[in-house]
Amino acid sequence: MQASITLSNDPKLRYVLRLADTCLILAQRLGEWCGHAPALEEDIALTNIALDLVGQSRLLYALAGQLSSHTEDQLAFLRDERDYLNVTLVELPNGIRKGLPNDFAFSILRVFAVASFLKPLWQRLQLSNDAELAAVAGKALKEVRYHQQHTGDWVVRLGDGTDESHRRMQDALNQLWPYTTEMLSSDAIDEAAHDTGLGPRFGDVKADWLADVNAVLTAATLQAPKSTAFTSTGKTGRHSEHMGFLLTDMQYLQRSFPGGVW
Amino acid sequence: MIESATKLTNAYAWEVLHTVLDPEVPVVSICDLGIVRGLELIGEQGLTVVLTPTYSGCPATELIAAETTNALTKAGFDPVNLSIQHAPAWTTDWISTEGRDKLRRYGIAPPGPASGNVAGQDIVLRYMPQGRQAAPALDCPRCGSNHTERLSAFGSTACKALYRCLACQEPFEHFKPF
Repeated sequence: MQASITLSNDPKLRYVLRLADTCLILAQRLGEWCGHAPALEEDIALTNIALDLVGQSRLLYALAGQLSSHTEDQLAFLRDERDYLNVTLVELPNGIRKGLPNDFAFSILRVFAVASFLKPLWQRLQLSNDAELAAVAGKALKEVRYHQQHTGDWVVRLGDGTDESHRRMQDALNQLWPYTTEMLSSDAIDEAAHDTGLGPRFGDVKADWLADVNAVLTAATLQAPKSTAFTSTGKTGRHSEHMGFLLTDMQYLQRSFPGGVW
Repeated sequence: MIESATKLTNAYAWEVLHTVLDPEVPVVSICDLGIVRGLELIGEQGLTVVLTPTYSGCPATELIAAETTNALTKAGFDPVNLSIQHAPAWTTDWISTEGRDKLRRYGIAPPGPASGNVAGQDIVLRYMPQGRQAAPALDCPRCGSNHTERLSAFGSTACKALYRCLACQEPFEHFKPF
């Protein structure tokens, strides 16, 4: 149980794990807010969103486990960094500006960006030829709408708020924007998913994502920065410098007490 | 308690399932909530119960499964098999009228219809820079006034939001349409 597991190159497995890992790692970051959010209501909201994401990732790990003959826990806790396939955006710390380790604006905006991506993806995945994945999608879609709604409200409230809140939300947007490219572009894994009827290419949801995001940015009086050539690579296993630290924290219990359960 | 196998009928299984309460809201049963989707009793193969869990991350899911098995086993059904069915996804529209009354009496405003609020529908995103006003008006489960406001989009569990009544001043929870 304690040894690291490695993944095969099965494109279906990798597609499912990109989704599962993106949910799990974002949940891990949101969980760090527990007890630290600026208001009790938001503490509860962020951790409830995290709980939904963990639940979604568990269903996806169960599905991935059928493809790779591993258990949910092995998949969640016993891979090495290169075998996690989440997009880089979700592993970034809750604040990436120096001196601001817990940036509420950045954290909220990130959930909004990811929820606006997952919503159209789950919508399409309801038509997956994998019945189990389609079932997960039907349920997750209901949940992600609440996540998008809640965080979208905050983006507008802060963006169109005081000079200070506007400045900080715009600052968060400038930091976050380059990392959205990866989430909205496709590669061979996406093509395989598309060709086999498993699910959409990530790039297929870009227009929907832009429509929702632009509507909110406009209402929030925020300006999307110019896109650059930078594309992060987390979904291929090549992560940012932050991922290793996140994993040491997240995997600690399973590595120290192999097979430990609640 | 069970003297003979003649009691081990479908109807009796339903009766037992009506005594299995939701661990978070221990006045409504898993039948009231629409979590039990069906059951099948096949002689020696025992009883199969089909459950559809609520939220993906609901921490009560595993406890509900365990309590379902326990209650039926105690009642004499053997073996008891649980079949977890994810599609169609659980919706608050499956909460029975009786379940809604029980929620209200417990101090939780029951959900409105989830249809029009469901998967795949085009819903205009609603943004509330002013906070509470745009949240739907609800009847206070204590005094019945609809002079209420939302305090928090998420409550003690993911499935609920927190409100307060401006007439009787009492806070209350709302089971969100899902």
